[in-house]
Amino acid sequence: MTLRNLAIVIALLALVALPYWMPGIYYINVGSQILFYAIFALGLNVLVGYAGLVSLGHAGLFGISAYATGYMLQLGFGHPMAIVTALIIGIISTAIFAVLSLRSSGIGFIMITLALGQILWGLAYRWISLTGGDNGINVPARPVLFGYSLGNAVTFYYTTLVVFLLVLLVMAVFVRSPFGAALMGTRDQPRRMNALGYHVLAIRFWACLFSGLLTSVSAILFVYYTQFISPQTLSLTSSAEVLLMVISGGPGTLLGPIMGAGLVVVVKTVVSGFIERWNFLLGAIFVAIVILMPEGIVPGSARLWRLATRKRKGGTTS
Amino acid sequence: MSALVVSNLRKSFGGLNVTKDVNLTVAPGERRLIIGPNGAGKTTLFNLITGEITPDAGAVALNGQDITRVPTRYRPHLGMARTYQIITLFGRNTIVHNVMLALLGLSPLRWNPLIDLKHQRHLTEQARAALDQVGLGHIADRPLSQTSYGERRRVEIAMALAQKPKVLLLDEPFAGLSIDERQDVHKLLMTIPRDVTMVMIEHNMDVALEFAERITLLHFGAVIVEGTRSEVVADPRTREVYLGH
Repeated sequence: MTLRNLAIVIALLALVALPYWMPGIYYINVGSQILFYAIFALGLNVLVGYAGLVSLGHAGLFGISAYATGYMLQLGFGHPMAIVTALIIGIISTAIFAVLSLRSSGIGFIMITLALGQILWGLAYRWISLTGGDNGINVPARPVLFGYSLGNAVTFYYTTLVVFLLVLLVMAVFVRSPFGAALMGTRDQPRRMNALGYHVLAIRFWACLFSGLLTSVSAILFVYYTQFISPQTLSLTSSAEVLLMVISGGPGTLLGPIMGAGLVVVVKTVVSGFIERWNFLLGAIFVAIVILMPEGIVPGSARLWRLATRKRKGGTTS
Repeated sequence: MSALVVSNLRKSFGGLNVTKDVNLTVAPGERRLIIGPNGAGKTTLFNLITGEITPDAGAVALNGQDITRVPTRYRPHLGMARTYQIITLFGRNTIVHNVMLALLGLSPLRWNPLIDLKHQRHLTEQARAALDQVGLGHIADRPLSQTSYGERRRVEIAMALAQKPKVLLLDEPFAGLSIDERQDVHKLLMTIPRDVTMVMIEHNMDVALEFAERITLLHFGAVIVEGTRSEVVADPRTREVYLGH
């Protein structure tokens, strides 16, 4: 077994056993938060890391699915119906997003997604009859799955973990696939890919839909976790936060967005209990990441590790 | 039927006429050389032929089929491949992955998100065969970032050859190569079978002249001289425009 596989097995065991070694319900909930934000970050990473398209409007898409779930439940529909509707609405919204924003790439893409995200945020605030405005929408109860109530923090954690591992598996298959290779090709040399026979725009469109699907999945977990959704969730800050998760962890890597989600959630929830100015700390951490490992925590640590081991090997031979 | 026919092709950028009523007829299996001084519009002509630039007027036909309005991305599927003067490769990947991308561009598998690309044996074998053809088989798994400029030129050619084109457009395949590397690439181009029609833009007259059967001389976007190798070399206008004496 290689060192890498060993690390993966240990991490997996740690995740599965988390409710047993974490000191309390509060920390188990932090674990759930990390996992569904990691799904969100993995979804955004499809665009940022693999397609080279930076979106600043993903909180808008996240919010649409969250509101859809909440609204359906408020109308009296059951949980399965609410979840399916939220996924469908999430994907349709992403398709509209994609059609509008894929007309450009680079800075243009960032600006269009930013504008679309802000429009949705504005709607969430102002379309009070639908969204409840500032008051938001309450989700009265979490579903019951196979006789286990998700109202229990441990059950909710395990449900989130199963969904998270499924998403991770899908991502691992995706990045090794021909379509994944084609997508990364359009990121690195779009003009060349076009001349090689690829439909660059269509590839980017499907990547958007995939990203939107993962975003919807995480949004549904989020809304069941908090049992509340308000316009704050759609704000530019939320979009920037998930983008920071991707960029700090390492865009275009499988583990990077997960590490990024872990970092942001831990600082936001746990460390903020001890340090009042946690925003400052988060900022300082990002500055340190940009200086020490601009490619992100995961690829950066790998590089530093290789550097350290090579030095050691070099030392023994000379 | 001609492999490639360009008729009355015209393109201007603002007031600058970069392509002026260019006509070009390349027979199947022919080796055509396009020469001309800097700024003569040679690369623009290639971009017009591949559709990366849309012509203002005129037509392009590939094996008798009018492709003027066919999007660039369909043209490889119809048998057209090109290399770039400025090397355009995938620097984060291995050499063999670069060639795999060229093969995948023509395969319906490119839409498949569920299978492992590395396990597609037929693609891998074709990619390695193309690399063997250009003499890079032994370093196929090397990251592109660890290759020399000359090797990258060969990867460009391998990617084009992997697509099994009927018409191959080579944009300065000798640019930036040492004398030895030039000879190697030249030998490689000579081994390409006659069922591939080749059109080459080149500055290096010593190797390029040997390659060409017919030569077209472009100057300020227009065809000045066209004919067999000896005709064009002997033509006084060639000497005046290109050889400069």
